[in-house]
Amino acid sequence: MGLSLLLVATVLVSAGIGPVSVPPLTVAKVLLNAVAVPSSVSLGGGTEGSLIAAFTAVSVGFTPVFSFSVPETSATIVMSIRMPRIVLGAVVGFALATSGVVMQGFFRNPMADPSIIGVSSGAAVGAVAVIALPFALPFGVGLHTAAFVTGLLTAFGVYVIATEGDRTPVATLLLAGVAVQTFLGAIISYLLVNSGESLERAIYWLMGHLHNASWSDVEITLTLVPPLFLALLAYGRDLNVLLLGEEDAQTLGIEVERTKRLLLGLSSLVTAAAVTVSGVIGFVGLIVPHIMRLVVGPDHRVLLPTSALAGATFLVATDTIARSGPAQLPVGIITAALGAPFFLYLLRRREVHAL
Amino acid sequence: MIDRVRSRLPSSWTGGTGDHEGADDDVADPVIEVDGVTVELGDATVLEDVTASVDRGSFVGLVGQNGAGKTTLLRTVAAVLEPESGTVSVDGRDVHALSSRAASRRVAVVPQDTSLSFDFDVREVVAMGQTPYATRLGGADAASDEAVERALRRTEADHLAERSVDEVSGGERQRVLLARALAQETPVLLLDEPTASLDINHQINTLELVRELTREGKTVVAAIHDLNLAAHYCDELLLLGDGEPIAEGPPESVLTEGHLERGFGTRAAVTRHPITGSVYVMALPEQSQRRGRVHVVGGGGTASRLLYLLSVAGFEVTVGVLNEGDADLATARSLGIDAVTVPPFASVGPEARAEAERLVEAADAAVVADVEVGTGNVANLEVARAADAAVVVEERPFADRNYAGDDAARAYEAVRESGTVVEPEAVLRTVTRLVSADGEGSDADADEELPRRHGDADPPADPLGRHR
Repeated sequence: MGLSLLLVATVLVSAGIGPVSVPPLTVAKVLLNAVAVPSSVSLGGGTEGSLIAAFTAVSVGFTPVFSFSVPETSATIVMSIRMPRIVLGAVVGFALATSGVVMQGFFRNPMADPSIIGVSSGAAVGAVAVIALPFALPFGVGLHTAAFVTGLLTAFGVYVIATEGDRTPVATLLLAGVAVQTFLGAIISYLLVNSGESLERAIYWLMGHLHNASWSDVEITLTLVPPLFLALLAYGRDLNVLLLGEEDAQTLGIEVERTKRLLLGLSSLVTAAAVTVSGVIGFVGLIVPHIMRLVVGPDHRVLLPTSALAGATFLVATDTIARSGPAQLPVGIITAALGAPFFLYLLRRREVHAL
Repeated sequence: MIDRVRSRLPSSWTGGTGDHEGADDDVADPVIEVDGVTVELGDATVLEDVTASVDRGSFVGLVGQNGAGKTTLLRTVAAVLEPESGTVSVDGRDVHALSSRAASRRVAVVPQDTSLSFDFDVREVVAMGQTPYATRLGGADAASDEAVERALRRTEADHLAERSVDEVSGGERQRVLLARALAQETPVLLLDEPTASLDINHQINTLELVRELTREGKTVVAAIHDLNLAAHYCDELLLLGDGEPIAEGPPESVLTEGHLERGFGTRAAVTRHPITGSVYVMALPEQSQRRGRVHVVGGGGTASRLLYLLSVAGFEVTVGVLNEGDADLATARSLGIDAVTVPPFASVGPEARAEAERLVEAADAAVVADVEVGTGNVANLEVARAADAAVVVEERPFADRNYAGDDAARAYEAVRESGTVVEPEAVLRTVTRLVSADGEGSDADADEELPRRHGDADPPADPLGRHR
C-alpha cells in the first residue's frame, strides 16, 4: 500500500539525515545488505536417513542476499546509530496511533487518546520515581520495568474504580481516568520538585524522546506491539459495531462488557509498551487517527492499519526533525508543534464530521 | 465456547425444552414466552410479574402510555436488560442464559434511533446486522453479502446503499435500521416505536412492510404509540399499564373503554373505523363534572357530530327516537349514549314515544338536529316541545326536509317558537349557556348555578342564532 511505501521512503531519507549526511541510495544499500534469507538447509545426523530424524535435525544457514559496496563508516552510522532510533520511532508511532484509534472508537469521544485511562501518567510516575528518587528500587527494577508496570497498574486501577458490578460505563471510565491522571500529575510534580540534579533528565523523559535508542529497546517493543496490534485488528468489526452504542452492539451479538475489557487491556498494553521506551509523546495518538479517519473513513478494519502506518511515518519524520537541529529536541515538542497546526488546517479545509 | 457451538444447532437439536417435539412445524406455537418477569431499573420496578407469550408468525403490538414499560419489556426480551426474576425464552431457550451472539441470532432489534457518530455508509451499517455470524478473522463471505443485499432490497433501501447514514432522512434512517435487523436473519424482530418520528406515509409503509414480514414467518413485537395504527396492523395487542399487563389478545378485545381507562387514565370512545373495519379509538377530553342533561333529536347521521360534541363537553346526552341501523345510533353507541330505539323503518310507537318524553322531561335542554322528518318520526318533534329549553339547528329550510306535511310543519314551528335557532357551530355554546342558566333543572349538579327560576326567563340571545 501507498502508506507502506511512504514509511519506507521516510525511513530511508531519515536515516541519511544527521551530522553526517548519507545519501538515501547508500542507506538502501546498507539496509539491503542487512537482509538475510535462509540460504542453506542442511540435514544433520540421521545416517539411517529416517524422515523424522531429518526433520528434527534441520539447521538453517542465513546468508546476506545483497552485497553492495558501501563505505564502512556509512554502514556503521546507519545500522548502529540511526536505525535503532528510527525503528523505535516507527514502532512507537505505530503503537500510539493504534491505541489512539481504539480509544477514540471505544469512548466514542474525539478527545480520547492513548493515555486517557492513565497509562501514560502511571508510566511517568514509575519512570520519574526511578530517575528522581535518591535510592534504587528493590529487586534491581530499572526504569523500563518500573514505567511499564506502573502504567499498567494505573490503567487497571482506573478500570477497577469505574467498574460497578459487572458493568463499566464508558463515561465513568473517562472521568475516573481524568481524575486519576490529575492525581498522578500531582505526584509527578512532587517528585520533580524534590528531584534535585536529576530534574533535567526527568523532564526530558516526560517530554517524550527517542534518543539513546538501542536495538535492545527496539526488541522489547517490537516483540510486544505487532501481536497486540493483530489482536486489536481482529476486533475491528466489534469496534465498528460498538460505535452504534453499547445497547445496539449487545443486540447485534457483541459481548459488550467482555469486549470492552479486552480492548482496554490490549490497548493499555500497546500504550505501555510505547510509553516505556519513549516517554510521553503527545498528539500522535490523538491526531493521527483523526487525520486518517478523514482520509479512509470510520471502518476500523481499514482505519487501524492505515493509522498505525501513518503514525509510524509521522513519528519517524518528526523525530528526524527533532534530532537534526543544532540541539537535539525531545520529539514530543515537534509532534505537538507540527501535528496540531496540521490538524487545524485539515479541520478548516474539510468539513469534518463529528467523531 | 460450548455455548457458542451449541447455539449454531437448530433449537430442536439442543434438547433445551423437549416439550415441543418439532419446533419447525407450523402449528401455532409460542416463540416468545415471557414468564413472571420483574425488571427493576435503579430503585424503580418498571415491570412487575409480566407473563405473556407470542405465537410464531404473529405481529403483536405493545401499547400503553409513556412509562408503562413497553421499551423495558422489549429490552428485556432482547436480553439487554436482565430481569430481577422470571424468564424470557425465545424458541424454547432462555435468552438471558445465552451468549449475546447466540441471542442475537434469535432476536433482532430495531431501535427508535441509533447513535451513529461516524459516517458509515448505509451498506456498512446494514452489514453490521451480520455481526452474529461473522468470524473474527474471516472477511466478508458471499452468503453474508447476499443477506445484506436482500435486506436492503426488502426495505427498499438499496438505492441508499452508498450514502452516508448521516445524510439520509429520518424515514430512510428508520428503513436502514430495519434492514440491519433483517440482515440479522432472526426469527424474532422487536421494534421500538417504529413509527414515532415518521410522517404518516412512512408510518404506513413501515407497518405494511412489517406485516408482510410476519406473513413470511417472522414474529414481530412492536411498541406502538398510535392505538389506531396498532389496532389496524397488529394481530394481537398487549396493553401495559404501569409495568403490568392489563389485557392481551386481538385488538377488539384489548381496546375497550374499560381497559383504556385503566391503561391511559382517560376516557375513550371505541368504535369501528367505517372504512377499514378496524377498531378505532378516539380519546375523549377529561370530564370534570357532569354539566347537565341534553336530549337530542336526530337521525340519518344529522346528529352524530352533535352527539360527539355534547358528550365530549361533559353533558349527559340522550338521543331518540332512532331506528335501529341509523348512523346516529352507531355514534351514540360508541359514545356510550342512551338511546330510544325502534326497529328499522318502523314508526315511533306509543311506547317509544313515552320513553322519549321521559328523557326530554329529565333533560335540561333538547337539541333538534337538522333532521329530515317523515310521518314515522314526527313524534320526535312533538316530544321536543315539552323541553325546558329547546335548541334548533337549522342548516336547511324545514320545507326542504319535511316529508310529513302540515302536521310536521306545525310541530316544527312550535319547537322553533319556544326555542333558540342556531347554526351548527353555535350549538355547544348555546346549550352550555341555557343549561347553566337553568341551574335548578333536574340535574342539580350543574357546575354554575345562577339565581334563576326554572323556565321563567327567555333564553339568552345567541349572537349567531337567528331569533324569531
